[in-house]
Amino acid sequence: MSNDQLKQPALTVKNISKSFGGIQALKNVSFNINKGEVVALLGDNGAGKSTLVRCVSGIHPPDSGEILVNGTSARIDSPQDARDLGIETVFQDLAVIPEFDITANLFLNREVLSKNPLLRLFGWLDDKSMQATASRSLQRLNSRIPNLGEAINKLSGGQRQAVAIARAVNSGADVVIMDEPTAALGVEQSAQVNDLIKLISSQGVAVLLISHNMQHVMETCDRAVVLLRGESIADVRINEVSPRDLVGFITGAQRLSA
Amino acid sequence: MLTSLKSSNWLSTSTLIRREYFVYYVFFLVLLFFTITLQESSFFSLTNFMNIIRQTTPITIMAIGLTFALAGGHIDLSIGSVVALSALVAAVLMQLVPMPVAVLGALTVGVVIGLINGLLIEWLKVSSLLITLGTMGVITGLSRQITNLESVPIIDSSFNFLFGSGSFGPVSILLAWTIVASLLGYVLLRKLRYGRHLLAVGGNESGARAMGINTVKIRIASLVIASTSAAIAGLLYAGRLHGARYTLGEADLLTVIAAVAIGGTSLFGGRASIMGAVIGSWLMGLINNGLILSGFSTNEQMIARGLILIVAVAIGVKEQQK
Repeated sequence: MSNDQLKQPALTVKNISKSFGGIQALKNVSFNINKGEVVALLGDNGAGKSTLVRCVSGIHPPDSGEILVNGTSARIDSPQDARDLGIETVFQDLAVIPEFDITANLFLNREVLSKNPLLRLFGWLDDKSMQATASRSLQRLNSRIPNLGEAINKLSGGQRQAVAIARAVNSGADVVIMDEPTAALGVEQSAQVNDLIKLISSQGVAVLLISHNMQHVMETCDRAVVLLRGESIADVRINEVSPRDLVGFITGAQRLSA
Repeated sequence: MLTSLKSSNWLSTSTLIRREYFVYYVFFLVLLFFTITLQESSFFSLTNFMNIIRQTTPITIMAIGLTFALAGGHIDLSIGSVVALSALVAAVLMQLVPMPVAVLGALTVGVVIGLINGLLIEWLKVSSLLITLGTMGVITGLSRQITNLESVPIIDSSFNFLFGSGSFGPVSILLAWTIVASLLGYVLLRKLRYGRHLLAVGGNESGARAMGINTVKIRIASLVIASTSAAIAGLLYAGRLHGARYTLGEADLLTVIAAVAIGGTSLFGGRASIMGAVIGSWLMGLINNGLILSGFSTNEQMIARGLILIVAVAIGVKEQQK
């Protein structure tokens, strides 16, 4: 999956810091993801992975530092800002609405409105058009989802994950962040999600993947950024390290400046 | 065998009766019951049904409004008190200014109270149950204060006609209010983006926020809808009774919550039904009417309403646990 020839940065994070109360969760973290690249964000619990994801996805804007999207500096003060800039996040809890069907979840806060200008003014939904687009976008991801009218809470974990990923990709995002997408999944479903990640990266999407599963990281990622107590302590190419090295970085036994 | 018996427990409605149709079955059964037991009286007649509509329309409108607050995960206990204040404001203003201005004034009462409720809940991050319990007290006190516990008559005949007393032949104008409110409520909840976002916020608040939905604005609006519906209900009482009194809407809160709950709207957000609220309110009206015709007292009616609420909530909670 390596795309050395395409070294165009999709997302660049420069010297990001964030503290909550007196606790500094992130200290001057910097890294870069190129288009079509899959980068693992690793670190022990409390290392700052989730905080970093929340900074980039607009849930907690950083205290200082800069975020560049496609090479230009961007202000991300809210989740809507992030989505508008083409950064989509697949949260650990998936941020799906359990009572909604697949289509309504895919288009959450991206609803297609009626073409009639008067109805449009009131925010009249065009459910037919959303259903058609939904079925096309799920097909593109090769996901085996039986019925678009099915409520999310009737689906299996893997299917929900596929819907959340499809929602991220559906909108034409340039950057997709995934927070432990396989944590709750079985072996076969995890493999499906990994295939999905490879598929979207081959379509040019930059992927930031948080995972605790070293095997998945070795299989799917091009590079790994490792956080330790809020600081970035390693930025390495996956094919140049062993899983043992990565674990060493995560626990702090090994150090390598980025 | 035992497990299959357990799973077909009538409370776990999905196997036998789908939750959203439950209120229709109950409505039909109650209708059948009173039709048979009250054969001698005029229960099953157009006149009596129109009577029920006339008495129930304010409840129906409040139930539709409360459905929005509940859909987003809030509750509004102040709606009953808004009824009285809105009616009194309309009646007092009508002695001073033209009727449409007085109506606008009463509606403004609803909008402003909804805004206050919403802003307090969202800013203080306190449960809507407590905030609206507080505003209920304040508003009830205000209603008693401004008129010194006296009723205020309304002599404007066009107001009285439009807001409850009017009829076309045997058909009360209140039926038109019910139909229009139901349609508006249905469209807003099911067809417009606002309703979709409101249900999303009620179904998974942090998820909706992560997807960029402005949960605060959406929920404040839901409380404004609930409160304004109560203000409209107040006008409809005032128009039917040709006057306003601080006791209006006093006993309605329980009826409205029971109607909405039995109609299939979750009291915890995320699932809501406008038609359920309408049929639920008619069911409450039907039971009330049937009990009166059977010779039961208001005390017994209140007991019946309380029991219905408990049953409705029990079913709802069972559903939630699945």
